[in-house]
Amino acid sequence: MYSTTEHIGVNELGDMIINVGPQHPATHGVLHLVITLNGETVKKVEPHLGYIHRSIEKMCESLSYRQFIYSTSRMDYLSSHINNHGCALAVEKGLQVEIPARAEVIRVLMGELTRVASHILWWGALAMDIGAFTPFFHAFREREMINEIMEETCGARLTMNYMVPGGVMFDLHPNFHKRVKALLQQFKDKLDEYDELVTYNTIFINRTKGVGFISAEDAISYGMSGPSARASGVSCDIRKIYPYGMYDKVQFDEVLLQEGDTYARYLVRMQEIRQSLSIIEQLIDNIPEGDFQAKTKAVLKLPKGEYYSRVETARGEFGVYIVSEGGMTPYRIKFRSPGFSNLSALDHMTRGSKIGDLVATMGSLDLVIPDIDR
Amino acid sequence: MEREELQQYLGGLGSLTFEEGGEWINLFVESGDFRALMEQLRRDEQLGFDYLFCLTCVDFKTHLTMVYHLSSTRYRYNIVVKSKLDRQQPEIETVCDIWRTAEFHEREVYELFGVKFMNHPDLRLLILPEGWEGKNPLRKDFEDEVNMIKL
Repeated sequence: MYSTTEHIGVNELGDMIINVGPQHPATHGVLHLVITLNGETVKKVEPHLGYIHRSIEKMCESLSYRQFIYSTSRMDYLSSHINNHGCALAVEKGLQVEIPARAEVIRVLMGELTRVASHILWWGALAMDIGAFTPFFHAFREREMINEIMEETCGARLTMNYMVPGGVMFDLHPNFHKRVKALLQQFKDKLDEYDELVTYNTIFINRTKGVGFISAEDAISYGMSGPSARASGVSCDIRKIYPYGMYDKVQFDEVLLQEGDTYARYLVRMQEIRQSLSIIEQLIDNIPEGDFQAKTKAVLKLPKGEYYSRVETARGEFGVYIVSEGGMTPYRIKFRSPGFSNLSALDHMTRGSKIGDLVATMGSLDLVIPDIDR
Repeated sequence: MEREELQQYLGGLGSLTFEEGGEWINLFVESGDFRALMEQLRRDEQLGFDYLFCLTCVDFKTHLTMVYHLSSTRYRYNIVVKSKLDRQQPEIETVCDIWRTAEFHEREVYELFGVKFMNHPDLRLLILPEGWEGKNPLRKDFEDEVNMIKL
């Protein structure tokens, strides 16, 4: 967090030190960056975190294995289904329960809908960061359709808390199939419009191409994951390399680009939207009948040991590390959040670039601050 | 290499003990030999552990355990390296020059558990506000007089 020992103003070398955030529209939340500038050139970027730190890891130590999952929706609120999925997987590893086929399909469907919603919001927000306001409204139109699907089935629009150990909480709403079909049609009509609006826009390309470069080696060293790392050519899609749920039974491609700049990170996410829609398309007509939840005991106890699960959220690799001493509550939980590691690379990516490019680079990392602070 | 083969290979790297069970190979190393082992894991051509995907600490009341989850993007191996630390004076060598992601993760562990990382370039509070030095909220005996909700 902000420290008073930090010199604000002009330092002895004549460099200007300025603060971006914690309340700043481009940081999408309470992120605070202390930036050292030489003229317009960035010399150093230092993130100060903790403005929304709730110590969810500590809270989870006093919550049961059913309860703690709900707090994880509040971390990466744009990928809450996938966060919940990761936690449910970790608990299921300890319980050794078999998940009904219907629940597996519902989980993947919900996860991919979340990913599309998250990427589409990011698309609008990045364009807005760079100065285009219109895409944001287009993005919200489609995102609203997904939120309505979520609201009907899960009872919530953002913090769904839909995944439980053993399956999902409720069965799908009768309208689910119809609404998802309508959504797929809507995207078929509109995705090309998105490309016309932003992807092939000369101003956008000029602002993003060659900006915020990071090599594959550095991306791995900084622990980057998700679309941000895949734009540098790092094959790191957990859905592909360590498949969970039923991702090994659906057809999709891991989108990899080599350029490593902001435009490449943009393209990866745009193609991932198409991949996610294709997964939804494969599954929506093939949801098996049956139970949506396996039978589990009322009070869950994990055997003494350690459980780690990895899932791919819209931002990258999310890990849940549970240490159990055999009790009703986890002894220790660690959430490996993708944003935390991705943010740590920001300094490296922006050193030597202009301050205007900093916002584009930061936007392309798709940071969600509650996910970073936890 | 298969799991057994990998475990055998790792066993040849120095004095370390294996913990049975678990999804991945768990190995314990003394904090004195820790740094040399980590360097080997990163540099060894047969292993190439270049991706540190999780770094954390667990407070077991009698001691602290540092936990490093490592992955090799080339061979897709995953291992867990652990090291026990003294609870009164927890100290361990930094690995942030081997994996740069460790810089932030170690700062987080430093403030939440009070582990001192030797040779870390910038060991300061990251998440907690000023004035929290010496108070380590994720330790089991931490009590916050103001905000503690007893559950």
